[in-house]
This record gives sequence, C-alpha cells and structure tokens, in this order.
Amino acid sequence: MRRVVVTGLGMVTPLACGVEHTWSRLLEGQSGAGTITRFDAGHLATTYACEIPFGDGSDGTFNPDDWMEPKERRKVDDFILYGISAAEQAVTDAGWTPEDEESRVRTGVMIGSGIGGLNTIAETALLVKERGPRRVSPFFIPGALINLISGQVSIKYGFKGPNHAVVTACSTGAHAIGDASRLIMMDDADVMIAGGAESPISELGIAGFNACRALSTKRGNEPEMASRPWDEDRDGFVMGEGAGVVVLEEYEHAMARGAKIYAEVLGYGMSGDAYHITAPPPDHEGAERAMRAALRHAKLKPSDIDYLNAHGTSTMADTIELGAVERMMGDDADRATMSSTKSSIGHLLGAAGAVESIFSVLAIRDQVAPPTINLDTPSVQSPIHLAPNAKHEREIKVALSNSFGFGGTNASLVFGKVD
Amino acid sequence: MSDVADRVKKIVVEHLGVEEDKVVDNASFIDDLGADSLDTVELVMAFEEEFGIEIPDDAAETIQTFGDAVKFINEAAA
Repeated sequence: MRRVVVTGLGMVTPLACGVEHTWSRLLEGQSGAGTITRFDAGHLATTYACEIPFGDGSDGTFNPDDWMEPKERRKVDDFILYGISAAEQAVTDAGWTPEDEESRVRTGVMIGSGIGGLNTIAETALLVKERGPRRVSPFFIPGALINLISGQVSIKYGFKGPNHAVVTACSTGAHAIGDASRLIMMDDADVMIAGGAESPISELGIAGFNACRALSTKRGNEPEMASRPWDEDRDGFVMGEGAGVVVLEEYEHAMARGAKIYAEVLGYGMSGDAYHITAPPPDHEGAERAMRAALRHAKLKPSDIDYLNAHGTSTMADTIELGAVERMMGDDADRATMSSTKSSIGHLLGAAGAVESIFSVLAIRDQVAPPTINLDTPSVQSPIHLAPNAKHEREIKVALSNSFGFGGTNASLVFGKVD
Repeated sequence: MSDVADRVKKIVVEHLGVEEDKVVDNASFIDDLGADSLDTVELVMAFEEEFGIEIPDDAAETIQTFGDAVKFINEAAA
C-alpha cells in the first residue's frame, strides 16, 4: 500500500488564525472562550462560546478580506470562508500549486462540515417567511452546501482530482483525513487537501445544542473556565468554530519534490456504536474498536502510543472515553499522555477532528503534549497522564487522535514521526 | 446622469466589485463586467429591491447591459 504523509497545515481557530499562532497559545494554556459577540445571546441558556478572533489580520486575528474578496464572501456562509482560509494556508505551507494538468488531475479535495450553512439557511428561511420566495439569493444554495468548500478550493487552484466532502457530525474532520489518505493509498490521487470546517455559533446553533442538553450553561461569568474535560465540575461542551485543513501526499511524491514532511498517516480506524443518537454506550466499546482498527493498520500495539488527543468534549462522555483508552492500554496506560485540546478551543464540531489531527502532528514535531486546561479536580483517577493545566514535554513518536460523532460514529487516526 | 443611473451604477459596482468608470451604457454585465449567470439574477433582484419594482424573468433576460437596466427601470418606474 502507498504511504501517505502530511506536508501542509492550515487552521482558523478560536485561539487564532494560523497554525503557529494557535499552537503557541494552546501550549501556553490560553482559552478561546468568551461571551458571545456574534449576536445577542442573552436570552439563551448558554451565553458563551469560543469565537474566532476577528481583526485586521495582525497578531493572529482573522481578517476575512485576507482570504476572500468582499463580493465573493457575501455569497457564502462563514463555514466556507473558514475552510477556504485553512485550505489556502495548508496549500501555501506545502508549497503545492501545480501548473501542469497531470499534477492538477492527481490532486483532490475532501473538506467536510458537520452541519454546513446553518445560519444562512436560518436567515433565508426568515426572509422567505417575511418577504416571500422571490427574495431568495441565487447564491443561497451554493453558499450553504457542505461540499462547496471542496468545490471552491478546486476552482481556486484547478485541482481536478477526487472532489468529495465528509458529513459525520463531530467525526467529520477525522473521517475526511482518513478517507482522503485512503484515496491516495488506493492510487486515486497523489495529493489530497483534507479537513473540516464549521460555523455553528448562531442563535439556532446554540439553541439546538442547548435543546440536546449538550452545552455548558453555568459559567456565564467565567466562560474561559467552562470547557474542563475530565474535571468533576464540567457541565457540557463549549461551542467553537473554525476550520482545519491538511495537505496529504503520497510519500515518494513528497520526497521527489523535497517537501517538508510533518508526519505519516500510519493508521485509520472507524466504527459505529449502534446504540443511541447522541450518547455513547457506558463502555464505549465502539471507541476501543476504532482505536484498535487504527493501530492494526499502523501495525502498532497500544503500548506504542505516546500521545492521545482525546475527543474529550467536557461532558459526561469524557470518562467513558478515558475508560475505553485505559482498557485498551491495559498495563501500559501509565506510559501514555492524553489531553483534550477542546479545553482551550471548545468543540469545533466538524472541524474538530481536523484541527486536533494537526495538534497531534505538531505534538510529534515539537515533542510536547498540549495541556488540558481547567482540569483542577479530575472526576476519576487514571494512570494516564492527562496533562492537567500544563503542557507535557516528552518523547512522542506516535500520536492517536479520537473523534466521535452524533449517530454513534467513531474515527481514530494514528500519526507517526518520519525519520 | 440621472438619479436612476447613479443608483443602478452603485448597485453594479457593489455587487460585481468593478471600477465605477467601467460601468458605461454599453457595458455587458457578463462580457465586460465579469458577472456569471447567478450574478445577473442577483443584480436584477437588487434592482427590484432598490426601485420597488418587479422585473419578470422574461424581461430580466433582456437586461444585458448597464444601459439596458437603466432604460428598463426608467420605463418601469415611469
């Protein structure tokens, strides 16, 4: 089977626009949470979220004008804007802008989203109700469809290979990277631009997840303390937004052009819970099966894992995931470090798996596990090092990233250091 | 230039992101100003909104240039 490596990274997160700005703030233990500014959320059960820091583009702020012309931007939902930004960063980082037809045909795009243009759909529905169907923009549908990041990126760069988009709720970003890797392994492409994007911070988005009783509600006065995976005082996840995109490349292809190689995609495992639409089963054996499947493809043992980036959303499910990891690692549990970076950036839903894969890759690059902030009083004792409130510098050759989604869909990715 | 022409020009400049001096009477939205078919649909909607008129689809198809738009709106609003 052809080997697949990561050669480009891009992200827009609540900590910053850009990989290095985000990563340094993540390692410092910063929080991206605050009172919602995008709209007046005072009447909602949850009044805070992790919003992208908009600004003039300096010091890691996100300036939409840097990524799309204003006249194009008003035709798309924000999730597409975020996705295009992350994709451009990743493509630039990889230095992959082929001019010849054959290379373009061998380059594909697979950037998904959990929900897509929710706010655009909501606003257009209100417009139809108030002013009738003739006021609907011709750009409404292409500005809200989930696969339109992949479409827009392919048009921008002329990438004519497989053009696809994953939709698996909070597993989207992980599935996209795993599936895109398989397309390269199967020789359908030499390079894939893969990841996820989400823009769920709207009245409808918050109200919807509030109705599922999924969001933290009790820390309106200290939002930066609200996302606290594994802590006994956690009360739900904190909504985030953003995008993560990687450039995946066939190993020999990357070597031949002298590309910078961050890590190798060693394994990818998937499973279904067949249990409940929003909750994992008490033992989450589906998570264990996904992790074991990823390790099987990687030809590795559980004891080979140095760092795990947990799904860890700051809900009751955190300890269920922890239990599944402990069960899998057995007597070797005490040699692994596992952290939840959602403690800093919140839950980016369909972008989460992609952003967290990038964090896993950077953990390998810099030999450091990012912290789980706000983990003051663990609700259970674990032999696994959870990197509470401080980064954990250690040897990291192999990293595993978990993503679990509504519907009972699980994905695990294993990345490895390339010597 | 008439008030109608000014208002139409403002809409065209905003929606298509073109320089104002490119928006001349015989400038075609698609051939000269970089619009695609969806852009022209949106332009017509913006004209309807700005001038409080209704432009039926068959009439919209005849509005190809800036001059066509000004002429149509002047007649419709008269």
